[in-house]
Amino acid sequence: MRLLVASAALLALGIGVVAAQEATRTGPGAPELAEGKAVYAHWCAPCHANEPGLAGTMSLAVKYEGTDIPAVLEDRTDLSAPVITFFVRNGVAWMPPFRPTEISDTELEQLNAYLTAPLEDRGAHVPLLGEEMVELNARGEQ
Amino acid sequence: MALPPGLSEVTFADGIAEMRSIVGNEWVFDQPADLNTYRDFYSVLWGEPEEKHASAAIAPANVEEVQAVVRTANERSIPLYPISTGRNLGYGGAAPVLSGSVVLDLKRMNKVLDVNESNCSCLVEPGVSYFDMYRHLRESGSKLWLDVPDPGWGSMVGNALDSGGGYTVGGYRGHWEAVCGIEAVMADGELFRTGMGALPGSETWQQYRMGIGPCLDGLFRQSTLGVVTKMGFYLFPEPEAALSTSVEVFRFEDIEELIEIMNELEYGNVFNGMPGVSSPVLSQENPIAMSIVPEPDVMNRMVAETGHAAWRASFNFYGPEKVIRAQWEHVQERYAHFPGVKFTESSFVKLPLSPEDLERVQKPRFGIPSLDIFSVGSRGYGNFNPSDGHIWFSAVIPRSGKGIIDANRVMRRECERLGLDLFMFVPSVTCWTRSFVLFAAVPVYKDPERNRHLRDAVKEVIGICASHGWGEYRCPPAFMDDVMDAYSFNDNKLRRVNEQIKDALDPNGILSAGRYGVWPQHLREGREA
Repeated sequence: MRLLVASAALLALGIGVVAAQEATRTGPGAPELAEGKAVYAHWCAPCHANEPGLAGTMSLAVKYEGTDIPAVLEDRTDLSAPVITFFVRNGVAWMPPFRPTEISDTELEQLNAYLTAPLEDRGAHVPLLGEEMVELNARGEQ
Repeated sequence: MALPPGLSEVTFADGIAEMRSIVGNEWVFDQPADLNTYRDFYSVLWGEPEEKHASAAIAPANVEEVQAVVRTANERSIPLYPISTGRNLGYGGAAPVLSGSVVLDLKRMNKVLDVNESNCSCLVEPGVSYFDMYRHLRESGSKLWLDVPDPGWGSMVGNALDSGGGYTVGGYRGHWEAVCGIEAVMADGELFRTGMGALPGSETWQQYRMGIGPCLDGLFRQSTLGVVTKMGFYLFPEPEAALSTSVEVFRFEDIEELIEIMNELEYGNVFNGMPGVSSPVLSQENPIAMSIVPEPDVMNRMVAETGHAAWRASFNFYGPEKVIRAQWEHVQERYAHFPGVKFTESSFVKLPLSPEDLERVQKPRFGIPSLDIFSVGSRGYGNFNPSDGHIWFSAVIPRSGKGIIDANRVMRRECERLGLDLFMFVPSVTCWTRSFVLFAAVPVYKDPERNRHLRDAVKEVIGICASHGWGEYRCPPAFMDDVMDAYSFNDNKLRRVNEQIKDALDPNGILSAGRYGVWPQHLREGREA
């Protein structure tokens, strides 16, 4: 239900969610991408997740309006390691750079691997922390 | 590279080499690409010669390494600038106040050392972010809540040291107020513990804050006197339910009594959540920026024409359902005599939150960290003209109707006269329970010309506010001297006492030089107001 609401809200914001990409995005993803996906979940998802009202996703929706480039970074197939590295280490607009004590060079390589992997290997979109923990606790209560 | 002032290249290189041997080569950053990530991304000095740059960054893994690095710096008079997670955006980020300082990056020290369910407290290292702690509490099945500020990537320790605030219960949401017990490495490298932490074997470090003698926790708030390596906090036990409500009144003149009653109710523990005061009729153009408060007859006419309330007080309650419903009933009784008063119950939820409830609540009011707040600076947020960041102007004003109206009018008039844009303007923030803090977000740009104008304007506003008795509780490095100067009672005795303490505890002036206007002796010349 939440995903449907989120998707409706994203569409209301003019963010295109490509149905074909949704269809391939289930499960945990390829094991070799797990570390990179965890880096993405911790450091990128809070602004770039597949949810409404997030700074990064909102900004990129405006930036790529009228193109077929998705607003959600996890849906992008046009990113390269140098481009991701540049934005992580230099920032853009309100997004500050990330220090090597936050995302180490090794973790940055893992992130690059995740965001440049074939979509079908990435698995389901990562959740926001609040959603993940509320779901976890709800399961625990049952 | 910006070398520390007065330090020879040989001494600096020798010190860095020694620090490298302490923390390991991997955790010393002195190359331009790495140091670029330590710049204050929202600096009002961006790209100008005065921008504050680190000469290097050192990231120790534990207290022993911090002590060794501090001793190394002290022996050579190398200035250090400790940061916790370095995410104090709008107030300086990860950059030092004194250019050339070596940033002591404590992000790797990210252990949750203790969570005590019975005492409702915790003990953490400075690298623990709100995201980290929230995950720790939820994954461990804890029944404790965490109060969080808007951006969840900040450090619990760093945010409390800078007196940050959140949104939940009084005593917890003013983060410095929830501190119980500090461990710090002093400038000589020795380890110091406040409160009951000074008594070996005590089990009450996170229970009784004061210990014996002068309460020295304050030495470390917004200070230059130590490197905080552990901090205890009180945590709030998860309540049974939460209720959010509002009271709307429809006359200009209602504001004074609206707030007087609100104060009495909060200080009498009738409600425990963060209250709010806003003006629906003055927020029509921009919901996050109150426009100037007009004359009473004008405002009352606007109310009559639009139907919007003149003022809205919001009340939040956390506790057993029976209790908070009774509290809300009492609040309504206290405001029943206002003509046309309107009461609204905006949300009621049982806890723990269900996934469905999470979709309709404001996360920070339930202690859930996020970065949602940054959406207000995003392309796609209304008609907002994107900037390159923002700084906060945050002045303490009286918690009264007159306080709001006076501060609103002065700030609105002066900012318009000076051409200072504000994209967020809230004169009555109540993270800190006994006063209002006026919050204004000023957009910054990576454009020296615009930033020069911004700096001049903000400095003028600091002086104007001071002439009304309003001082900032926190500010970006570019304004720290001006703000400290405004606290000028008895020929700036506050700063002079701070300098005396600085000289006694850090005679070589190695720690956080210049933070909040306190400079070591050798850098004080010519800085007097």
